[in-house]
Amino acid sequence: MFGNQTILVLAGTLLLGVAAGMVGTFAILRRRALAGDVIAHAALPGLCLAFLAFHSRSILVLLGGALLSGLLGAVTVALMKRLTRLREDAIQGIVLSTFYGAGVALTRSIQNHYRNESGADLETFIIGRAATMLQADVLQIGVVVLITAGIVLLLYKELKLLSFDEQFCRVQGWPATSLDVLLMLLTAITVVVGLPAVGVVLTAALLIIPPAAARFWTDRLSVTMLIACAVGGFSGIAGTLISARFSGLPTGPLIVLTSTVLFIVSWLLAPHRGVLWRSHSMDDMEQYLPWRELPDGVPPSVKAEEG
Amino acid sequence: MTVAQVPIPFQSLTSGLAGWLEVPPTDVQNAFWTIAVGALCAICCGLVGCFLVLRRMSLLGDALSHSVLAGIAGVYLVTGNVEPIPMLMGALLAGVATAMLTQFVHKAAALPEDSSIGIVFTSLFAFGVVVVSQAQHVHLDLKCVLFGDLSFAGVNLYPTLGRLWPESFRTLVPALIVTLLFLTLFWKELRLSSFDPTLAMTLGFSTMLMHYLLTTVVAVVTVAAMEVVGLLVVALLIVPPAIARLLTDRLSTMLWLSCAAGVSCTTTGYLLALRWNSSAAGLTAVIAGAELLVAILVSPKDGLLKRMAGTIRLRIRICAEDVLAGLFRRQEHSISPETAAVASSADCYQLAGNGLLAGAALRWLKSRQLLRVEGPTMTLTDKGLLYGRSLVRSHRLWESYLMENFNLPEDHLHVPAEEMEHFIGPELQQQITEELAAPAEDPHGRSIPDINNT
Repeated sequence: MFGNQTILVLAGTLLLGVAAGMVGTFAILRRRALAGDVIAHAALPGLCLAFLAFHSRSILVLLGGALLSGLLGAVTVALMKRLTRLREDAIQGIVLSTFYGAGVALTRSIQNHYRNESGADLETFIIGRAATMLQADVLQIGVVVLITAGIVLLLYKELKLLSFDEQFCRVQGWPATSLDVLLMLLTAITVVVGLPAVGVVLTAALLIIPPAAARFWTDRLSVTMLIACAVGGFSGIAGTLISARFSGLPTGPLIVLTSTVLFIVSWLLAPHRGVLWRSHSMDDMEQYLPWRELPDGVPPSVKAEEG
Repeated sequence: MTVAQVPIPFQSLTSGLAGWLEVPPTDVQNAFWTIAVGALCAICCGLVGCFLVLRRMSLLGDALSHSVLAGIAGVYLVTGNVEPIPMLMGALLAGVATAMLTQFVHKAAALPEDSSIGIVFTSLFAFGVVVVSQAQHVHLDLKCVLFGDLSFAGVNLYPTLGRLWPESFRTLVPALIVTLLFLTLFWKELRLSSFDPTLAMTLGFSTMLMHYLLTTVVAVVTVAAMEVVGLLVVALLIVPPAIARLLTDRLSTMLWLSCAAGVSCTTTGYLLALRWNSSAAGLTAVIAGAELLVAILVSPKDGLLKRMAGTIRLRIRICAEDVLAGLFRRQEHSISPETAAVASSADCYQLAGNGLLAGAALRWLKSRQLLRVEGPTMTLTDKGLLYGRSLVRSHRLWESYLMENFNLPEDHLHVPAEEMEHFIGPELQQQITEELAAPAEDPHGRSIPDINNT
């Protein structure tokens, strides 16, 4: 029914979705949704430098460099938060754009320098190219899934405590900082193995959208994580199948769009939290629109009380 | 060749410069116009970016630059061609839609704001990539969106108003006009709602309206600048204002500084890109990061260098004061308290902690005429004696205070007092004296020296 390559890509994207779902659940709960985005962008210059230093396109070398510079980006964010009076959103934007800029400049230089060598096509890492996934890529993702699942199972209780009540976790004497670093490390590894398939710009979506969709269905961490893995895995499979059916459609963006559709469906249909369940009236919706404040400056809620 | 007859502004200037530098005139002309385009870009972004940074909306700038692609793609899907005006309208619409969707997802779905930004812009960008990758149109190029083409911005000259201007001016100049109009018309409201949204609300300004107006202007600027610098427009939107924020506390100064920082980034970035045959937009972002690093170091209010210098000065003072207090104690213990204690310079170094700062501490003392050097020995001057007496008084008062109020064991009193003695001024001495009813002795039974009647 499918070719070997399609099955390989299916396995890869499924596993990637599962890994991202697990890590992303903690990222969302720790209010660090965009940390993955920063790491992904920050990974680009490391990838290029690894290529320049070792002159090899071996995926392990490239991803090693990517992991190092991604972590450097995360450390820079933490340092700047401590040493300057800039706010976290600005710091994330600064680190993200500076590292990404360095990456773009390096890829362009490499492209111009090795114009005749087709192997040096590093720009594919920006959007990703899942269709050319190799067996080694899938194996790496599989190893990452195993490691992540192992750590999450072993430290489930501690990570749960950290995610919901960091202060209490510290007071109880758990090594909160080390656990935090561990989560950051898992995020970075997941992001980096996802880069060849989904690319620098869209990897963050894999971490954010499936857990956000899962949050509509349940309040339990374990169930959220299972649903997030399911949504992530399903998006991977569906995105790959669609791009295999209509040749030429890029796989990474389709995976993201599938998970967006699942997010919207969850939002509409989920029990208790879903829009349909709560039977929102149009009035409820209107308060989120820009014209909700009436011309004389009285918010509609006050108007309603007066009326 | 009708195009050749249209005059190019500043042509005599650029060709004059080319003659002086002995390079082809077209090179100088291209560089001149590229730098002009980059500067215009940087000024637009730097002005609106200040408000993004101040209002904690930096990530919205990032999101806008991604979702603009969805607007372009949407217009292409509907109309099937790439006319500039509909493209701009679509991009603008996508920008404003991003801001509204982000707020909507944040509030209606009860998700944290950064998550909702992440969901909205990645989805829109994915949609844009899918459409653009299918488009068989030469003018719809994903690479242009991703990287921009600042290096060629000065090459494409088009006749407008009887002169040849760079093509990007057609979008950048209107964007600058919109930005300046917005700033002058809503200056008061913007300033108030950026610094004190609650007060703005109670005074009857609509912060929500300002939010969406600002978002619209940012979308206009982003769309115009993206042609030139691509996704890295976010570097110009956030980094120069952050540099300016570190250097000043005044909004008007911040705007100027932000523009200046942005222009220097694009100019240096372009020139380095020429030199290294690399991406101008990428190097612009790198230069911006480097400038920010410098700003973090030299920021006049809380720069790292200033903080480090402050710490070192404090530690020198503490070492010096340890010498004074030590010499005073020595004089107390000596047989005749009237003659000043004499110490060898090795002793003084030891009193100063023998550390890296000991020499600096002794120079500090000599320059303030607290310590007199007589051949190989050192003695306290009268001024130094008074200073040391005050320090020892602070020390023993603090020990008494700790004993009285915290009931610490006797051997736990010295260490905290050794730290506190450097920070107790005359007022605090007076206060402790009054509170303890002018004690004559500290808990160890040593007399507390008086500094008033000596």
